[in-house]
Amino acid sequence: MSPNIKYRLGKSGAFKGLVIFFSVLCTIPLMLILFYIIREGITKINWNFLTNLPKPVGETGGGILNALVGSLLIVFYAALIAIPFGIMGGIYLSENKKSLLGYWVRLSVDVLQGTPSIVVGIVIYFWIVKPLGTFSALSGSIALAVMMLPIIVRSTEETLKMLPSSLKEAGLALGLPYHKVMLRIVLPCGFSGVLSGIILAVARIAGETAPLLFTAFGNPYFTTDVTKPMQSLPLLIFNYATSPYDEWHDLAWGAAFILLSWILLLNIITKITTRRWKIQF
Amino acid sequence: MEVWKNIKIKRSFRQIRMEKIFRSSLVLIALSILVMVFAFMLTLIIQSLPSIKALGFGFLYGKTWDPVANIYGTYPFLLGTLLTSFLALLISIPFSFSIAIFLGEYYPRGWFSEFLKNAIELIAAVPSVIYGFWGLFVLVPIVRSIELKMGITPYGIGIFTSSLILAIMIIPYAASLGREMIRMVPAELKEAAYSLGATRWEVIRMVIIPYSKSGLFAGVLLSLGRALGETMAVTMVIGNTSIIPKSIFDPGNTMASVIANEFTEAASTLYLSSLIELGLILFLVTVVINIIGKKVISRFTQ
Repeated sequence: MSPNIKYRLGKSGAFKGLVIFFSVLCTIPLMLILFYIIREGITKINWNFLTNLPKPVGETGGGILNALVGSLLIVFYAALIAIPFGIMGGIYLSENKKSLLGYWVRLSVDVLQGTPSIVVGIVIYFWIVKPLGTFSALSGSIALAVMMLPIIVRSTEETLKMLPSSLKEAGLALGLPYHKVMLRIVLPCGFSGVLSGIILAVARIAGETAPLLFTAFGNPYFTTDVTKPMQSLPLLIFNYATSPYDEWHDLAWGAAFILLSWILLLNIITKITTRRWKIQF
Repeated sequence: MEVWKNIKIKRSFRQIRMEKIFRSSLVLIALSILVMVFAFMLTLIIQSLPSIKALGFGFLYGKTWDPVANIYGTYPFLLGTLLTSFLALLISIPFSFSIAIFLGEYYPRGWFSEFLKNAIELIAAVPSVIYGFWGLFVLVPIVRSIELKMGITPYGIGIFTSSLILAIMIIPYAASLGREMIRMVPAELKEAAYSLGATRWEVIRMVIIPYSKSGLFAGVLLSLGRALGETMAVTMVIGNTSIIPKSIFDPGNTMASVIANEFTEAASTLYLSSLIELGLILFLVTVVINIIGKKVISRFTQ
């Protein structure tokens, strides 16, 4: 081999080594974060932690029941608002690929997807919080619903586009009305794809803090009233992590652990449903 | 017999009516999404009108932000946002491109690639408030000790720490898009280059990267959009001062973090509306970046 070829091969090998080095290096911060949250968080979890309210500064113990229930409620109502709009929007887009309205709706969904979460918070503040005169869990849910919408619309659209058009044609040829063809045949066939989009959307917004800062606001007490300010896990983590008290830091670590495991679980479920989806077609 | 016919006719009429209702409700919902996004922009513009009128362009290059004295210059925040975002982009690009090449070209399959792919998805899934929390308690002390060794004021928090956190958070966007794009490079092109005697590196440099250039660029744009709008993680580690940062190790503020910190305490109309104007600028910039990115991707994939 001439030295020139040796040099070129050496360069090629060096580049490969560099790529592998950077790729492996990149997983390290993730591992560190997971490791640290689990190590700090898991020791804080016990029955009291899950069933008590936060205690005032200075007293040990206390839990995050209000944030757990609040987070579940806020995310649940957000999903309730976003799912019908998202699925119907997705059906419209998959049915009208070329229409003018379709183009503009697709563009606005893109705009919504690119919007920074804090800006969503500002706008919902002026739409809901200011007219009602109070921070409320409902406004938080609406802010999160706005963030879920583009993900659900897009995943529904993509899923329905992948279905063979013969499915729809067969239904229509049997004389079924259009709405029954769409809701009873096409949508159930793409169900797992739509579902994984919804779970993905929930996983994305379950940890969102910025849109809740000016809407759900947070609340140290327990409440299930959606017209009142409500605590949620991300808000609790933000508020307690930036506070100077060690007891509150402990609560925040525990809350971070619960939030992280919740989101991991949702992501794993999405993975499983999408895998099944791929096997089907 | 007559009765049966009647029922059938009635049913089909009802079905036709339902069909019409369904079709029009589809259009209605599509329209409502469009109207909502339009109203979204309109709200931001209307609410920031007082500050646009009162401050004009001075808003953008004014160097002091002092709400107590009613002075609103956002230059420190613009600078903070640009510094953190581009520094983060600079740090993350070698990583995200390496991962894209690793998964797209060198090892598309195998257990480690599967692991890496899941790890990248996981990086995107972890909430930003958890990154901020971790950064505050783990990264800040590390940066502080580095700063002590370097002999500069050991804040720990600041632009540099925020950029590090942001860099981790935005890796997945460019990486997963880049992987898709590199996968799409036609095998014939690569094989042609190999048959001419090119090494792996030469194929990557002269075939793969030029071919997937626009896709890689779009990935970087999406990463940038994410970095510009990121709020919580940055707010927790940047230090939140409105003084213009002199070096990248100084504390500062970004547009998003100043909104997060001061929005609920903004008492006067001008104060509130100048914060909203910041939001409007942030919104416009990220939306434009995202749409350019999406357009590049769709042109590439077609």
